[in-house]
Amino acid sequence: MSTRIYIPCDSSALSLGAEAVASAITIEASRRKADITLVRNGSRGLYWLEPMVEVETAQGRVAYGPVAIDDVPALYEADFLKGGQHALSLGPTDKIPFLQKQERLTFARVGITDPLSIADYAAHDGWKGLKAALAMDGATVVKQVTDSGLRGRGGAAFPAGIKWKTVLDTSADQKYVVCNADEGDSGTYSDRMIMEGDPYVLIEGMTIAGVAVGATRGYIYVRSEYPHSCQVLAKAIALARASGYLGPDVMGSGKAFELEVRKGAGAYICGEETSLLESLEGKRGMVRFKPPLPAIAGLFGKPTVINNVITLASVPIIFANGAAHYRDFGVGRSRGTLPIQLAGNLKYCGLVEKAFGVTLRELLYDYGGGSASGRPIRAVQVGGPLGAYLPESQFDTPLDYEAFMAIGAMVGHGGIVAFDDTVDMAGMARYAMEFCAIESCGKCTPCRIGSTRGVEVIDHIVAGSEREKNIALLEDLCDTMLNGSLCALGGMTPFPVQSALKYFPNDFRAAPRSKVA
Amino acid sequence: MSDHEQDLNAVISRILEERKAYPGALLPILHGIQDALGYVPREAIAQIALGLNLSRAEIHGVVSFYHYFRTSPPGRHTVYLCRAESCQSMGANQLVEHAKAKLGVDFHETTRDGAFTLEPIYCLGNCACSPAMMIDDEVYGRVTPERFEEVIRILKEAA
Repeated sequence: MSTRIYIPCDSSALSLGAEAVASAITIEASRRKADITLVRNGSRGLYWLEPMVEVETAQGRVAYGPVAIDDVPALYEADFLKGGQHALSLGPTDKIPFLQKQERLTFARVGITDPLSIADYAAHDGWKGLKAALAMDGATVVKQVTDSGLRGRGGAAFPAGIKWKTVLDTSADQKYVVCNADEGDSGTYSDRMIMEGDPYVLIEGMTIAGVAVGATRGYIYVRSEYPHSCQVLAKAIALARASGYLGPDVMGSGKAFELEVRKGAGAYICGEETSLLESLEGKRGMVRFKPPLPAIAGLFGKPTVINNVITLASVPIIFANGAAHYRDFGVGRSRGTLPIQLAGNLKYCGLVEKAFGVTLRELLYDYGGGSASGRPIRAVQVGGPLGAYLPESQFDTPLDYEAFMAIGAMVGHGGIVAFDDTVDMAGMARYAMEFCAIESCGKCTPCRIGSTRGVEVIDHIVAGSEREKNIALLEDLCDTMLNGSLCALGGMTPFPVQSALKYFPNDFRAAPRSKVA
Repeated sequence: MSDHEQDLNAVISRILEERKAYPGALLPILHGIQDALGYVPREAIAQIALGLNLSRAEIHGVVSFYHYFRTSPPGRHTVYLCRAESCQSMGANQLVEHAKAKLGVDFHETTRDGAFTLEPIYCLGNCACSPAMMIDDEVYGRVTPERFEEVIRILKEAA
């Protein structure tokens, strides 16, 4: 009987040589006349173990990793096709502690199924949510989303149900569903993992949104930095359409929903929803004034549901298992689970989907295993380039939208970047301003000019010129950007700067710099 | 008009015809042209303006807004080095300096032999395997200076 072997086709696994490992395993199999079926799955998100090879055995799936091409002959010698022991053996995949302790709802299938197999998707509870939603009227669907407590996972954490209700209640000849897949925050990759590892869950979530609010067209705006995601999505859309899950008659309901992938072009600002809509319309990605809200006048001036990938990909399970099931995870007003991405200087980087409420310390040490360099973790940035830098004293903060807001930080899209004690926090503050200057759309002055002035002022401070005066100036500038910018780019760039200045003031002294927080 | 210009015009016209009816067609058109030619030539701007009934200034404004679009031909390979925070926490700044010194170019420049164009990029979503780079459409993780040199050497030999 043919043995099924799983090797991820996820970008990060590929970046570590998964393609070469897959071909080495195939070549070795034919040399040994071993009967194997190779499945290219998504990644389980245990990136320090990638390329991770899984084998389907009588006892379930067992894993080996990280596998290099030189390990392949020895794996065959160890009879890995029957789950044999080898130095790279990780045992049953489900029992790997990093994975076992998680609560995977949105990521239930990622790494388990063949991303493009519709049969696989259906066999793992796919399309159940859409089927349930098609049996409801729009208002009931929207109420379910509201009841689940789902909030926008892109960063703003706005209740998804309220957005959807606004679109539902606005009458128009055409409405749209837009997926924001412009995942530009450093330290985040959960959108990419979904698009590459389980694209149908996103398609299903968008279709549910479409049938709920009466939108017949959808766009997925994917950043150009993700060529692989674009390819997988385009294939998945074609296959879903051919099987009747998209198109003029979704699952025989008589309702139409068409979907298309659109590629961004390297502008971070297009992750801001109104800027993204401008870009989709073929224009410069300039931020729009709000109101009108996109839910009332969005893409091409029509009512538009615009949500992040993870928000939309969390919708099918809400309908498959019920709103209450989802809502029962989490704490306070942060309901459900969050796919958290561990990144940067950590020993075990990867995806951790947990109910809200897990602390930063648990994530950094219990999951992340401490720093990769073995040095103390000195600062952590949560929520991308606009997120505050947190010192050790704040590591006990639970991941919860409100708890983070209370300390002047944000959960954002759930990316966590760790830095060891070699980090220069004045340099990171300067980078935050520099990044804002590079990526500003230029519409409002605090962001366009303030960011460039910010770089200059930080340079003056570090050089020791009129230090106190310039620190006051920097604080004043941050205040202006925070209160005077049109969108979150200019409005939140001060967070990393202010937090660096507050918690790591010694780094802003002229060299030689002390590294004591 | 030279043969080269005729070829360019033919490619641009074909993509324009294929895509100009798309809703919000401009980005798909620019992507099509850059995919085919490696850049968006000056000649394209006037042609697109005519095709979409927009001004040349509007087309130029869009091309220049997006970092991804380029208006001059790149080298045979484009090397994108990630400069974002996660990669910085794992030594991206040193990698950038190393790459600039090895290739003998700064960002946005092409090596004299026309082989490599060096570009900064802000996140490849490979933050679990920092520092990261992308060459053309291929992503690389945990890029040490040695690994960088090895990849460059292999690409040079393949040329």
